Amino acid sequence: MVTRGGSRLSEIVKKHEAGIVAEWIKEQLAAVKTTDRMSEADLRADCERFLSLFKTALQSSGGADIMSAPWNETREMLAALSRSRAKAGYTPSETAILVLALKLPLFERLRGEIGGDAEALASEVWHTTIVLDRLALLTTEIYQTGREELILRQQQDMLELSTPVVQLWEGILALPVIGTLDSARTQVVMENLLQRIVETGAAIAIIDITGVPTVDTLVAQHLLKTVAAARLMGADCIISGIRPQIAQTIVHLGVELQSVITKATLADAFIIALQKTGAAIGRPSKA
Amino acid sequence: MERIPILKMNEFLLVSIQVDMHDRLAMTLQDDLTERIVRDRARGVLIDISSLEIVDSFIGRMIGNIAAMSRVLDAETVVVGMRPAVAITLVELGLSLPGVRTSLNVDKGMELLRASLGGGNGHRDARR
Repeated sequence: MVTRGGSRLSEIVKKHEAGIVAEWIKEQLAAVKTTDRMSEADLRADCERFLSLFKTALQSSGGADIMSAPWNETREMLAALSRSRAKAGYTPSETAILVLALKLPLFERLRGEIGGDAEALASEVWHTTIVLDRLALLTTEIYQTGREELILRQQQDMLELSTPVVQLWEGILALPVIGTLDSARTQVVMENLLQRIVETGAAIAIIDITGVPTVDTLVAQHLLKTVAAARLMGADCIISGIRPQIAQTIVHLGVELQSVITKATLADAFIIALQKTGAAIGRPSKA
Repeated sequence: MERIPILKMNEFLLVSIQVDMHDRLAMTLQDDLTERIVRDRARGVLIDISSLEIVDSFIGRMIGNIAAMSRVLDAETVVVGMRPAVAITLVELGLSLPGVRTSLNVDKGMELLRASLGGGNGHRDARR
């Protein structure tokens, strides 16, 4: 039943191609409020291309299985379109409407052609709905993947951005950590710090955790790993910026921070660091 | 047979590892170094591993062992010039070498040795 229906649909699409495209575009423009993002000419080109691919696919497969080989080109085109729309900031419904808006003009044509035969019309409509719904789902899925890729890339960027290593003094580095320390970030933080230690020949590194919202056993372990690695390179580490609440958590969790110098503020840590490197800062005495 | 040279500098011994360490080489170094510390009555040992790019758990442990042995023979040991990648690897392997003193380069390692031995020409100021 379904295969027979498919062949009729492709015939109808072929016969009324221009009319369908025009109505389809009208539907889409009505559905998408922010029309400034797409030009009608681009949309028309996309629609015409899609419809011709759609027609070919219908002719050669006839079935509703859009994952089969005859649908490859249609799928690829839709995927590219959804991905570019995801990047351009379209909403998921605006992306899916591209396919769903095709329903109305197609149903109109179907009714005009085979309106007399209720049985045949119902099966054609059913078949068309299945195909279009699947294609629409595909666009949504690809839209989602596109967005996820975007988020992942931004995450990567943030990872790079949020771990600067600052030189405070000759031989003293500071590493203000902002945000939660997970394993991936610890890796980046550690590599950055060690690289800078080599470059600057620093003897002391101050890790400031004022910007770390919570310290659990895992974060503490990551911190200690960083400290151990820096020590192996020949640099001492001071952990500063420990807020009262975090001090409480650290003790409650039983985290062993004995081997590391800890200070409440970066200023205190800096003074210790200066003393260790043999430098000193003071106010000039009034003579 | 391949050997790692051990140089004598006053009361210190300088070991510079310029080749990739393999297990046999590490064992030989351990023998040679302990021998030399006793023979030269060295007060300090400097192990330069700045050319060492690859470590495994065995080499990591050997470095720790060599340092511990030197200490038993009353010679301070400083491991200098560890590369970032090597440091990360050792930490990830769980070998943070707690008993080993470290320094960024040979200069600073030498100062550290002099300072810890309280030698007359030692600088307290590690920065120079």
